[in-house]
Amino acid sequence: MAADSPLMALFGRSPVKPMQEHMQKAHACVVRLIDFYDVAATGDYQAAEAIRQDIAKLEGEADRMKKDIRMHLPNSLFMPVPRSDLLELLTHQDKLANRAKDIAGVMLGREMTIPNPIQPLMREYLESSINTSQKAADALAELDELFETGFSSREIKLVSGLLNDLDDQEHRADELEIRVRRALRAVEKDYPPIDVMFLYRVIELIGDLADVAQRVGSRLQILLAR
Amino acid sequence: MTVIAEYGQWFVLLACLFGFFMAWGVGANDVANAMGTSVGSRALTVKQAIIIAMVFEFAGAYLAGGEVTGTIRKGIIDANVMAGSPELLIYGMMSSLLAAAIWLVIASMMGWPVSTTHTIVGAIVGFAAVGIGVEYVQWGKVTSIVMSWVVSPVLAGTLAFFIFRSVHKLILNTDDPFGNAKRFVPGYMFLTAFMITMVTFTKGLKHVGVGLSFGESVLISVAVSFAVMLLGIALLKRVKIDEEADRHFRFASVEKVFAILMIFTACAMAFAHGSNDVANAVGPLAAIINVVANQGNILAESAMPAWVLLLGGGGIVVGLATFGYKVMGTIGRKITELTPSRGFAAELAAATTVVLASGTGLPISTTHTLVGAVLGVGMARGISALNLRVVGTIFASWIVTLPAGAFLAIIFFFMFKGIFG
Repeated sequence: MAADSPLMALFGRSPVKPMQEHMQKAHACVVRLIDFYDVAATGDYQAAEAIRQDIAKLEGEADRMKKDIRMHLPNSLFMPVPRSDLLELLTHQDKLANRAKDIAGVMLGREMTIPNPIQPLMREYLESSINTSQKAADALAELDELFETGFSSREIKLVSGLLNDLDDQEHRADELEIRVRRALRAVEKDYPPIDVMFLYRVIELIGDLADVAQRVGSRLQILLAR
Repeated sequence: MTVIAEYGQWFVLLACLFGFFMAWGVGANDVANAMGTSVGSRALTVKQAIIIAMVFEFAGAYLAGGEVTGTIRKGIIDANVMAGSPELLIYGMMSSLLAAAIWLVIASMMGWPVSTTHTIVGAIVGFAAVGIGVEYVQWGKVTSIVMSWVVSPVLAGTLAFFIFRSVHKLILNTDDPFGNAKRFVPGYMFLTAFMITMVTFTKGLKHVGVGLSFGESVLISVAVSFAVMLLGIALLKRVKIDEEADRHFRFASVEKVFAILMIFTACAMAFAHGSNDVANAVGPLAAIINVVANQGNILAESAMPAWVLLLGGGGIVVGLATFGYKVMGTIGRKITELTPSRGFAAELAAATTVVLASGTGLPISTTHTLVGAVLGVGMARGISALNLRVVGTIFASWIVTLPAGAFLAIIFFFMFKGIFG
């Protein structure tokens, strides 16, 4: 004779762990980009295709996790943070995975060759952008500690420090973007114009990736500010 | 009068049976709510929770259950005006027990959230108002009981809010949460023990025949609580920082300290629950025994035999042993979002509220009080997701339970009246 106790109905599923898992998944997507780039730079687009499929698979998983989290966040839930802020954060986390898929997609679709003179710089730029995503993931790893301490001032300070690192990293990615563009401009006449156009597009998307990572950070900041 | 002389023993036997069944139901079902928070937060295994519940529910029922039992027995109905027809009181109390037992079985099977307390109070008020006369109900007392149903969750919530804020300030929001947890948790242990012993010594023990002055009560309570605290410190010594777990989640070791504290608050919770809820089962029984033993003279002042409380405590233990395991496991699995640092705050607040109510003789719902306490922790930004719809469910259960208990009691009352004349 087990009645449905009001105590049982009282507890909703905590979004904290699922949010963190989603971020890890999205970041895993982003991290695969460097493997993709290394293979693509050699021109072996058959191997690159396999990695792109891997990224697409991870992106699909992140998407499903996102939907599941949304499903379990009805507006009758009472949480220490506004539900809308949490959902915003989730949307931006998910965009990280989408950007990674886009970048791999454009490069593969064009079977893009990266001009030799800009290859090292391009790789550094991509790494820097991926690092921005890493910093966002680091900050988000503190989400459970934030909830555990009931958003204590100390924990907020700690996370704010991580978010500053994130901003710095995004800034570095920005500067690298300018340098890559400049380097490409110096050699662009030697390559087919359409390929170069798409290369500019990829550079833009990589910058966008760092941008999205920073936006994940600013959404987290909004969550903290109260 | 002749009815009582003729069937007196049968009435007592039947009432014992019904009362024991009610106590069994409380043990099988309600206790799981009181202890589920401890199981859910993994501070206790189901087995440990059952053992703690058996010991402390029984102790609470026997040592501090007298006041509430008194209220159910003679507080709701004006016994003096019923002196002319004592058999009506017997019929009424029997119907209340039967009505409450049947309603709880139905509601449990349908999965409706109901409260034992609300059912029994509704049943007694129902038979008295309809079967005997509206003027025989002590409406002042009934009003204060109903008020306490609103006040108790609010009070527990407020207490829980401040307890959790103090945890936040003293432990969680500091440079060394683990060290501070070890420093301050014994204080919470002392508080838990003091609150329980104080109410027991000042309010409960006179039913078992021990009378202490207020000063003596304070002294003994402080001594007992100090001993409990020393035991707690000894247990805390064994908690070490778990670096492996902390790497994954930095507060894992801190929560382990709170898990020890939660063993103590779980004991308090079981004690508080026993002190309040056993009355639902044995209060009507005590009333019947009283009438029969005094050959139909309703004596409002007469003492209650201690074995009645023992019977209630025993029923709870049997209920725990038969069904408690399963129900507690179910509830524990559902409540996993409550970590020990929150669970203890909710339990301490709820146990304090319930024990205070027991001391004042107010029958309240332990489950609702606990829900209020958990919401209080939530208000202090302590819990990641709470479903506020439950508050509506609780209101609904009041509205449904009271008339249902009353309606069934009225039917049984006229049935008994018809059978025995």
